[in-house]
Amino acid sequence: MTTATDLAEAQLRLPSERRPTEGGGFGRVLKPLFGTPINAVISLACLTLLWLSAKGAYGWLVTRAVTEGGPQACKAGQGACWPFYEAKLRFMLFGVYPYEEHWRVILAMGLFMAAIAVTMIPRFWDRRLLALWGVTVLATGLLISGGLFGLRYVPTTQWSGLPLSFLLTAVGLAFGFPLGVVLALARSSKLPAIRVLAIVFIEVIRGVPLISILFMASVMLPLFMPDGLTIDKLLRAQIAIIIFAAAYIAEAVRGGLQAIPRGQHEAANAMGLHYWQAMRLVVLPQALKIAIPPLVNISIGFFQDTTLVTIIGLLDFLSTIRTAMQDPNWVGIAVMEGYLFAAFVYLVFSYGMGAYSRFLERRLRLGHD
Amino acid sequence: MSKSKHVTRWLAMGLVAGVAALAAAPASAQSTLDTVKKRGKILCGVSPVAPGFSYADDKGARRGFDVDICRAVSAAVFADPDKVEYVPLNTNVRFQALQSGEVDILSRQNTWSYTRDTSLGLDFGPVVFYDGQGLMVPAKLNVKSAAELSDAAICLLPGTTTLQNLEDYFRPKNIKYESVVFENSDEWRNAFFSGRCDATTTDRSDLASVRAIANDPEQYVILPETISKEPLAPAIRQNDPNWRDILNWSVYTLIAAEEKGITQANVEDHLKSEDPEVQRMLGVSGDFGKMIGLDNKWSFNIIKMVGNYGEVFDRNLGPKTRLGLSRGPNKLWTEGGLLYSPPFR
Repeated sequence: MTTATDLAEAQLRLPSERRPTEGGGFGRVLKPLFGTPINAVISLACLTLLWLSAKGAYGWLVTRAVTEGGPQACKAGQGACWPFYEAKLRFMLFGVYPYEEHWRVILAMGLFMAAIAVTMIPRFWDRRLLALWGVTVLATGLLISGGLFGLRYVPTTQWSGLPLSFLLTAVGLAFGFPLGVVLALARSSKLPAIRVLAIVFIEVIRGVPLISILFMASVMLPLFMPDGLTIDKLLRAQIAIIIFAAAYIAEAVRGGLQAIPRGQHEAANAMGLHYWQAMRLVVLPQALKIAIPPLVNISIGFFQDTTLVTIIGLLDFLSTIRTAMQDPNWVGIAVMEGYLFAAFVYLVFSYGMGAYSRFLERRLRLGHD
Repeated sequence: MSKSKHVTRWLAMGLVAGVAALAAAPASAQSTLDTVKKRGKILCGVSPVAPGFSYADDKGARRGFDVDICRAVSAAVFADPDKVEYVPLNTNVRFQALQSGEVDILSRQNTWSYTRDTSLGLDFGPVVFYDGQGLMVPAKLNVKSAAELSDAAICLLPGTTTLQNLEDYFRPKNIKYESVVFENSDEWRNAFFSGRCDATTTDRSDLASVRAIANDPEQYVILPETISKEPLAPAIRQNDPNWRDILNWSVYTLIAAEEKGITQANVEDHLKSEDPEVQRMLGVSGDFGKMIGLDNKWSFNIIKMVGNYGEVFDRNLGPKTRLGLSRGPNKLWTEGGLLYSPPFR
């Protein structure tokens, strides 16, 4: 149990940790690193390792790199193979989407990124965002799919590469989030029927791997459909990802809900708010704020989990890279180049999401506490 | 009470309507040819990636041996080889995709086997590539035959039958080995090149391409034994004899054209040929196209737009490509191979 004295002590301790050590700014950096002999040895070993890997990476990427020629030059060379990127970059990014129409996916992704950038800025958080997203979704959908206004129709089997990964993640989370919140509310509901339904749904979905849900959607489902009726494969995978995301988001949100003291519910009731008003105005805003770290965790996880759709024959970003590496002209030559590029792109976007979440946490804490 | 029932009913109807609106597949009563013509393109199931057989070029267009089979059918049906939509399918979903109507032709290195033919509700077209599982070892091990591979570590991919063939071959001979399975072909190749395994196994065509990719191909030897038969043939749904005829005779056109010496380049000259079989094939005389519901120029279009079997092979797999496969059993019967087309008469 926390007593008043504990709290007081904790508050007294805090500033003392921030007290600068002697020796100014330089000493503050050096002392923890080289203060004791063991620390010094560990630091030196780490620095050597860092130096060696930096040197190796630089040598591979720059000094020993093969900058021109074809596959044969790369096979003979010892470094990074830039001609591979030159020949395959567009394929790795956009996959089998028709080459002449790449501008459409580029434009669509630009729009999408711009909309996300606007959404990320707290100053724009109001109802106009909904309109912005309505327009963005329509425009990107039209651009990618085509079939109207003289744009060539591009079937979903040709949607691939990075745009497909974004699509699966964004739509999966956009639909999974509200569904997840509803499931979380249902699971903490007082009505037994609703609660049991939510528990069964969440536990069943969480109890099986995403791969098996994707398999169910892509292999089993069509066999149950009446003859000659097929649902688009991408749509099936997307729905599988949505329900999977919803189950995980529901648990993250429920964690947030449980952290809200009962007093908040009671206070809202005392104000005369009914259940939905209390949830919308009092409980959820606080619960979701608490749930930000696990929610971002789920988002990053799902961005990477979309690579699993390769198992049902959809060409996501990682599989277009692997396809590029298997071109008979390049097979066995540019393995490192392909995977490093994939790692780099995934790192950039995952780190971006993480950094934004930390910003969001700081910002919301300032706004409320 | 009744209100909620109404709501449920509307929801159910909405769901059904939604599903129906999303449906893009044929009504079952229609023949595949009608459906394909109405749709304006053929749905062709291919490997997501298999060097030489199905891969994407720098611009993302599908290329490869399996792909050319679908292009040939497209040329026959539409007089245009590119009215094909390629659906990449993994091994574990390929037959279901064909059964459920997701594709019209499955051209993805399928081995034609008894159980597949009889129990999966599908039919196989002519064999387009005779393959068989083989073994490859580093030359420095000095192994001359598979019988010397006792206690060897053998690298393999989790193919549908690769491990089973190995088991079937080695167990009766009482040869012990250790199988090392890799999920990914890059890992699998590198494990073998780096000496993690004493031998590697897969279909011989694939072995030849792995060898061609190695830094020094001379360091590796493909053993003489072929431990399984792998006749690769495109597949279609059962019970559509017309569609089956179209697929069969499109493939036979490729083979017969090579036999008659007709190539992409000289097919126009052959329109003046005196050979009555060539005349019937190219639609100069007779009504051969009409018999299978196609234009009489169907065969001419296949050769003009895709080439003959030899050209298809050389373009995708032959010695001039990096895979550098030799024809082996995939030579014409007149040259000691297994390729044989029934006569066009």
